[in-house]
Amino acid sequence: MNTVKDLERKACEIRMDTIKLVYTAGCGHIGGDMSETEALVALYYKYMNCNPDRADDPDRDRFILSKGHSVETLYCILADKGYFDREELMSTYCRYESRFIGHPNNKIPGVEMNSGSLGHGLPVAVGMALAGKMDRKDYRVYTVMGDGELAEGSVWEGAMAAGHYKLDNLCAIVDRNRLQISGTTEEVMSQRNLEERFMSFGWNVLSVQGNHMASIDGALAVAGESVGRPTVIIANTVKGWGVSFMEDNASWHHKVFNGEQYEQAMAELQDRRAKLL
Amino acid sequence: MSVANKQAICNVLMKRAKTDKDIVVLCSDSRGSGSMVDFAEKYPEQFVEVGIAEQNLVSIAAGLAACGKKAIAVSPACFLSTRSMEQIKVDVAYSRTNVMLLGISGGVSYGALGMTHHSTSDIAALGSIPGMRLYLPSDRLQAEKLTEALLEDGEPAYVRVGRNAVEDVYEEDALPFEMNKATVLREGQDLAIIACGEMVLAAKRAGQALEKQGIHAKVIDMYCVKPMDEEAVMGAARTGRIITVEEHSFYGGLGSMVCQLTAAKSPCKVVNLTLPDTPVITGSSREIFDHYGLNAEHIVRVAKRMLEK
Repeated sequence: MNTVKDLERKACEIRMDTIKLVYTAGCGHIGGDMSETEALVALYYKYMNCNPDRADDPDRDRFILSKGHSVETLYCILADKGYFDREELMSTYCRYESRFIGHPNNKIPGVEMNSGSLGHGLPVAVGMALAGKMDRKDYRVYTVMGDGELAEGSVWEGAMAAGHYKLDNLCAIVDRNRLQISGTTEEVMSQRNLEERFMSFGWNVLSVQGNHMASIDGALAVAGESVGRPTVIIANTVKGWGVSFMEDNASWHHKVFNGEQYEQAMAELQDRRAKLL
Repeated sequence: MSVANKQAICNVLMKRAKTDKDIVVLCSDSRGSGSMVDFAEKYPEQFVEVGIAEQNLVSIAAGLAACGKKAIAVSPACFLSTRSMEQIKVDVAYSRTNVMLLGISGGVSYGALGMTHHSTSDIAALGSIPGMRLYLPSDRLQAEKLTEALLEDGEPAYVRVGRNAVEDVYEEDALPFEMNKATVLREGQDLAIIACGEMVLAAKRAGQALEKQGIHAKVIDMYCVKPMDEEAVMGAARTGRIITVEEHSFYGGLGSMVCQLTAAKSPCKVVNLTLPDTPVITGSSREIFDHYGLNAEHIVRVAKRMLEK
């Protein structure tokens, strides 16, 4: 699965699974799930060295979903890759006594760290990348953050350390969908000069259309070539991307579909998938 | 002998790091106050400086631990315990990473520097986190044994030590140490004194002074504040009277925990000797202890008062 078209088709399928999961469970953070899908699909189906049969392989690439509320996409990908049973996920997610909590938990195979409280993923990823350097291992460490999350001061503590230690085995992706729970990021706490801010911390900065698979694919390839600098990919995305009535609408941060909306969302994605066959 | 507990811990780490390359010490511009300068110089490849950023310190330590390292995050207890509480909760306790959080200059070690530099809420704050263990060793010998045990067990833990050299509580080569089991320093039936950290020495001296007056006090070193040794607390409760002594504020510390246990399982009279629920007076740590009665003389007074009633 290396062509952009293959990845686009997979992204479409993962979106459908994610929508089904949120609809079935009656909860979830669907808007951010949709915006981050291309990044996660490119990582898990092309770039990351990870295998459910060797989930504890010390040489595996590491991934931390720092924007842990968008866990549904991650769970659907891990299920699709065989880390756990897809039907168990679909039928128990967020239900009484389920092991599938509404944020990533490392008791679930394939999940490296617990997240959900924002501003943790990057500093933890710095520790993982430092460990890789100490042990002279080739694994890479990835984390996906939200753009609203960048208001957390701990993100910048981590950014400072990653630049200081020249962690070129670290790649952060910012899901820059410009919306957070209360409105636009620019209204809530503006993220001006994002590229320049990371650059000033010594980062290799790439800015791409984050829901355009060829662009995110290309950026991840470039990130792998960085020497002496961690890479941040500012993935300019659209919240709710892929479903017309959800796109760029803050109210879909964690809104749940009614039956009609669910049918429409699935129909739109089925149409898209058909065009990619 | 009189050695700071932090130095004793560093000595163990120095010894073990020679052969155990997974040991990594992290500091937040705190290598001097943490007695980790020698470690940083001798094992630079096993040392990480994160600058003045305690949240980052804990998260990076957790990331290292998640990749197989035995991470020891060293920072003043005041900053480590509450500024980084969120990271301790999520990245260490909840994610169950092999991080030893070493809170140095704990309690009121910094004396006259004031409340910003005092850690008198750390037991209450971190003790409330599921999966977080808390240890307050009383002397260098116990601190060494504890460190060796923690390097082996792979579970999260917070260790609080003071800034100053402390006299030995135990005798060299005769230290009864069992992980998560309190040490009974003295047996007695009239009452029990339960202390932790550097208050144990005061409790020991109080026990000796009481004995001279014909009062037989059981003295317990509860270095394992969490998980607390319930059996030892029940043993203390059987005397009918307990005095707890700790370098912590009134709410949520050793005394509160002892009261919870005894109230539920073996009610008895308990007096908590603690720091007050206010910013403490200005002074050296010794002056602060004396002001609030955290010394052997006051423990003796309280014990006699309890027995009179």
